[in-house]
Amino acid sequence: MSTTTIKKTPKHTLSVVVKHNLNTLSRIIGIFSAKGFELDSVTFASEAEPGMARLTITTRGDEKTVEQINKHLYNVVDVLKVINLTHKKCIERELAIVKVSTAKVGRPEIMLIAQAFKAKVIDITSDKLALEVTGNTDKVDAMIEVLRPYGIVAMSRTGSIALKREFQGAVNIN
Amino acid sequence: MSLKPVKKAVSPETQTFNGAEILIKTLADLDVDTIFGYPGGAVLPVYDTLFDNHDLNHVLIRHEQAGTHAADGYARATGKPGVVLVTSGPGGTNTVTGIATAMMDSIPLVVLTGQVPTSVIGNDAFQEADIVGITRPITKQNYLVRDVSELEDVLREAFHIATNGRPGPVLVDLPKDMLNTVGNYKCNKKVDIPSFKPTLHGHQPQIAKAAKMLSEAKKPLIYVGGGAISGEAWKEVTEFAERLNVPVTTTLMGLGVFPESKPQSLGMLGMHGTWYANMAMTECDVLLAVGARFDDRVTGRLNGFSQKSRKIHIDIDPSCIGKNVDVEVPIVGDVKRVIPAIDKLATPPETSEWWNIIKTWKKEHPLEVPQADDKIYPQQMVKMISEVTEGNAIVVTDVGQHQMWAAQHYKFNHPRSWISSGGLGTMGYGFPAALGAALACPDRDVVCITGDGGFQMSSYELATAVEYKIPVKIALMNNNCLGMVRQWQQLFYKNRTSYSVFGSNNPDFVKMAESYGAVGMRATNPKEMRDVLDKAMKIDDGPVLMDFSVVETENCYPMVPSGAALNEMVESDEEANKG
Repeated sequence: MSTTTIKKTPKHTLSVVVKHNLNTLSRIIGIFSAKGFELDSVTFASEAEPGMARLTITTRGDEKTVEQINKHLYNVVDVLKVINLTHKKCIERELAIVKVSTAKVGRPEIMLIAQAFKAKVIDITSDKLALEVTGNTDKVDAMIEVLRPYGIVAMSRTGSIALKREFQGAVNIN
Repeated sequence: MSLKPVKKAVSPETQTFNGAEILIKTLADLDVDTIFGYPGGAVLPVYDTLFDNHDLNHVLIRHEQAGTHAADGYARATGKPGVVLVTSGPGGTNTVTGIATAMMDSIPLVVLTGQVPTSVIGNDAFQEADIVGITRPITKQNYLVRDVSELEDVLREAFHIATNGRPGPVLVDLPKDMLNTVGNYKCNKKVDIPSFKPTLHGHQPQIAKAAKMLSEAKKPLIYVGGGAISGEAWKEVTEFAERLNVPVTTTLMGLGVFPESKPQSLGMLGMHGTWYANMAMTECDVLLAVGARFDDRVTGRLNGFSQKSRKIHIDIDPSCIGKNVDVEVPIVGDVKRVIPAIDKLATPPETSEWWNIIKTWKKEHPLEVPQADDKIYPQQMVKMISEVTEGNAIVVTDVGQHQMWAAQHYKFNHPRSWISSGGLGTMGYGFPAALGAALACPDRDVVCITGDGGFQMSSYELATAVEYKIPVKIALMNNNCLGMVRQWQQLFYKNRTSYSVFGSNNPDFVKMAESYGAVGMRATNPKEMRDVLDKAMKIDDGPVLMDFSVVETENCYPMVPSGAALNEMVESDEEANKG
């Protein structure tokens, strides 16, 4: 999921509340493969309410495609609610763990970059550092791109999670 | 002799039974009268319960796929969900084509599959298949019931989901140990699924907008699909179209919604629709789509489809709206409720000029039925069946040329009289579906118009038909080839008829019928055909197979060639070859 790839179609974030079972999860993923919709990332975990789960799906497509995705999701019997967060103010976070080689430039330079992204060092070995970064997907993408030339040994991303902001007014909140 | 386990002492409200008994009790409580099934290891507990149960009529089919089609035919003829009971593994996988057929045509089915015991699920046990996984994309919902305490509720939910909103198949997988476990039968009839609440009433402002558009239209057209059948809205649609005096065309799935004897009927549209229906679709200025989904066989080339019209689309499934064709007024709702709501607000539009155009089209481009005395043209065959049954039979077909000719030349005047695999186009569907329809409607004539290709895919069900004395009339349009495949090869592959001609390798169908104990008859000219049909219609204690040798080279027209627009129809081989 490199930002160097040019994505022509706009990104959409959907928050989907479902009954917590694997059949539902499979049905939802199945829609994307069967209908040929794009799927950038998906997270699935328990909701506050017992027996329920929430998926955060990031996908790409024009408005018509996203409308179809929305309708198909609602056709899954165990889907309770689909919220398209794309045009709403929302709180979006992603977490990534990135293992970077320190062989070329040494630790201090990598740690400077980590500092700039408010990333934490969570593991150190003789020739590698593991960094933990959280933020919206753009920020995570940005840090990964900066680190790439130094040699990313491995990385793991959670995919985006998001909720609608309670305050949908005009004041800009960072 | 029954070896049923002894029942535990029971309290009047909640009674204790094993899973298999709870299953049968719940089915009976859900008004299921007929199930189509085939026994096997994993469902033995259920079959043991059925051994001395007389609430349910169990029909022993000869193959699970045919059983699923039979249940589908039963559902299409009645509107009630069809029920199938099969064993695990191959029993389940054999139902897959039948389930997909029902899914594509929105037919309510409940498929009950046995499963290996819960302790060995996932261990590649004998006759184990992940049928819930396999059928996920072709069911509306499916369940694996691990705990007997969930069984009754799941079954009630399954029937509710299969029959409400846009209908469809639901599968319930039943592990053998669960069927043997003792649990409670609560008889709790209430079904409440918070995440499943189909929209039934259309949005009022949209309804008003639709009514205004139709009232002001100069060239309106109503295009009706299978949604008006499953929504049981034929009366509403007919009254509405007649009052507004607006022409009506139906899809393959919508045949029978609007009587073809009415002057407003343009018959079927689409790839093998009438010339005038397709021209009306091309030229209309306001299009009202009713429970139809703008399938590619209906629209032809999309960028040439009904470009001059403003479109209104009523559908209970929002995902059908705006999928293939953009519409100006989408109305999500139940056709049976939305049409009367529009009717209330609409005034008949001024359409006399439009009708003059349509009448000219009808006169200049009628559906042709070639005639001969010494041979049978396929169109003639369908026309004669239509006349002999006076348009009152339930017509069930397979897929291909005979299906299109049946759709074109049988004059449908009643809903639930046309049973055909429209979406999936499943060969082998016709005969077993006809059995299901005949069992559901013993008072009606059921004619299975089939081909020599399709019939051979499920001819083994002759055994079932004979065993249960099901009086289905099999009208086999025998051209010794896969006619529609051959037609496409002639038109689009330079007449290279690759593997589509059976020639003399077909069996003797009359002898085949006789070997099962059914009546077989043959006709090679119209006079014989009439005699055979007259005799067949009088037989009411079993199936009749009528082998009609038809003109082998005949092709089905008119036709919108693949990739062409609706107004680019060809009406003969000569015209097709020119293009």
